[in-house]
Amino acid sequence: MIELKNLCKQFVQKNGQPFNAVDNVNLVVPEGEICVLLGPSGCGKTTTMKMINRLIEPTSGQVLINGEDTAGIDTVSLRRNIGYVIQQIGLFPNMTIEDNIMVVPRMLGWDRKRCRERARELMSMVALDPDRFLHRYPKEMSGGQQQRIGVIRALAADAPVLLMDEPFGAVDPINREQIQNEFLLMQRQLGKTVMLVSHDIDEAIKLGDRIAVFRQGRIVQCAGADEILAKPADEFVASFVGHDRTLKRLLLVQAGDVADAQPTLTASLDTPLQQAFGTMDDHDLRYLTVVDADGKPLGYVKRKDAKASDGVCADRLNPITITSNPDENLRVVLSKLYEHNLTWMPVLDADGRYNGEVSQDYIASFLNSGKTHGRQRAAPK
Amino acid sequence: MDSWIELLHTAWPFLIRGAGYTVFFALIAMVLGLALGFAVALVRIARVPVLAQAAAVYVSAMRGTPLLVQIFVIYYGLPSVGIEFEPVTAGILALTLNVAAYLSESMRGAIAGVSRNQWLAGYSLGLNWWQTMRHVIAPQALRLAVPSLSNSLISLIKDTSLVSVITVTELMLATKEVIAQTFQPLPLYLAAAAIYWVLSALFERVQRAVEKKLELAHRH
Ligand SMILES: Nc1ncnc2c1ncn2[C@@H]1O[C@H](COP(=O)(O)OP(=O)(O)OP(=O)(O)O)[C@@H](O)[C@H]1O
Ligand SMILES: [Mg+2]
Repeated sequence: MIELKNLCKQFVQKNGQPFNAVDNVNLVVPEGEICVLLGPSGCGKTTTMKMINRLIEPTSGQVLINGEDTAGIDTVSLRRNIGYVIQQIGLFPNMTIEDNIMVVPRMLGWDRKRCRERARELMSMVALDPDRFLHRYPKEMSGGQQQRIGVIRALAADAPVLLMDEPFGAVDPINREQIQNEFLLMQRQLGKTVMLVSHDIDEAIKLGDRIAVFRQGRIVQCAGADEILAKPADEFVASFVGHDRTLKRLLLVQAGDVADAQPTLTASLDTPLQQAFGTMDDHDLRYLTVVDADGKPLGYVKRKDAKASDGVCADRLNPITITSNPDENLRVVLSKLYEHNLTWMPVLDADGRYNGEVSQDYIASFLNSGKTHGRQRAAPK
Repeated sequence: MDSWIELLHTAWPFLIRGAGYTVFFALIAMVLGLALGFAVALVRIARVPVLAQAAAVYVSAMRGTPLLVQIFVIYYGLPSVGIEFEPVTAGILALTLNVAAYLSESMRGAIAGVSRNQWLAGYSLGLNWWQTMRHVIAPQALRLAVPSLSNSLISLIKDTSLVSVITVTELMLATKEVIAQTFQPLPLYLAAAAIYWVLSALFERVQRAVEKKLELAHRH
């Protein structure tokens, strides 16, 4: 756990005037969570991070790690317990990738074999082939590859706390998305306590359990992504997160979350239409999905078809053209709905069984309600 | 022309012995100068109080006065305050102190030329000042410094000729002694010049080999 208490950093400017780069910051990052420091350039994000591992001494205030005041820990052992990815990566050009990654373990006196194995393990965590890359020099790798190395170098000695200063800054959007996904996957296994700097709201939404929005050295809002998007504390936060923030909230909800929250209502081919109409009437539905014995969707019946008809669902079956996976977010679902000119689509579970639906109406009311929808994350051990 | 060849034939052993001294002086002053220069650069980079100021004065004085004067002060001047050296020792001392000042400036510039970010990266991994210097900064600085270090060291080879003034029979004085007996300055001075040239050229080769080796560690 990282706790910042009334943390301040004052620099003296060239003209002799004091300047508060970090101004009374209070922040708690619980163990195993990712907290994103989000804000425009020069708002004090890097300064805050550097005060945590004492690359910069705070002017006043406290930094506690797992309840212990860092002012009492010598800087070398403090820093070895904090993995830090500096802004602009900072790989050592005079060392091979392996040597870069193994700097800290070697200082800690690990033997060669253990170092080698650890290096290979870390490389495979970020999907880089150890045989191909371990003996290269940083300049022989792409920007994205270097960034991956920067991250695993910080993880090398398995420090419980990880500070990352714009770790995924200098790569193209596709690569960035991929590195972010790898990182999330890694974080789910490792459960580090992470503080990550970004000035990209999409990255913050994607990675942050919590987002602390900075402005001129102060935290103006610290909350989950959904709350920041749904209820920005002030005009600054609102404009920083973007005027399409409402649509961005769709990124936070996955089709599976929506389906799980619904009763799973279905009919089978031999269900009488009158019975299907009854179900729709009771639950205020306009259509009902028809499934086979396994629960896999076969088609759907419309309420207006069922209302006046006798017979069974098989007689009035409409085909289902498109379905959603549980891990697709609502923004993707909405995009597919528009693309295929549909008002709703079924959500299938991992085995292809019908689990619920997402409709344009649902999306509209979710966005309207402003209710926050907690994201499901694997709980840290 | 025939007489020149005959002359050089007889002078050769003296010149070679003198050249041997020259190489000996240059190598010793080079090794000691690199060590002292590095120490001086470190003291100044780390801003060690008092020592750093002393080092700055030393560098300025060495670079601001002629080597010849420095040699005279050490060999002829210091005995008057009770410090006496053999000519060889005085020569090595003067050359070392002089070249170290130049080398330290090259090293300081190169160390300052390594990006601040590299220090930050070293510290953030929990390396201390010395570890960061040794494993991260110095290797990168060395690469930046090689051309200017080589310049100083080539000058050093040539500057050894100045210690002839304190009766050290290195190449220059050996040549003069032969000339005193043969009265043939032109061929003998030309021969001495040729030997200096060959020595410098050999050193340049070494420099290129070193550069190439360092380059390998930073391909592209
Ligand atoms: N050593 C220093 N001396 C004086 N001012 C400083 C120093 N370091 C940082 N500052 C100032 O403090 C403020 C915050 O800097 P900081 O590096 O924390 O910004 P940041 O939020 O990380 O910005 P960016 O997104 O551009 O990295 C800036 O205005 C900067 O100019
Ligand atoms: Mg920054």
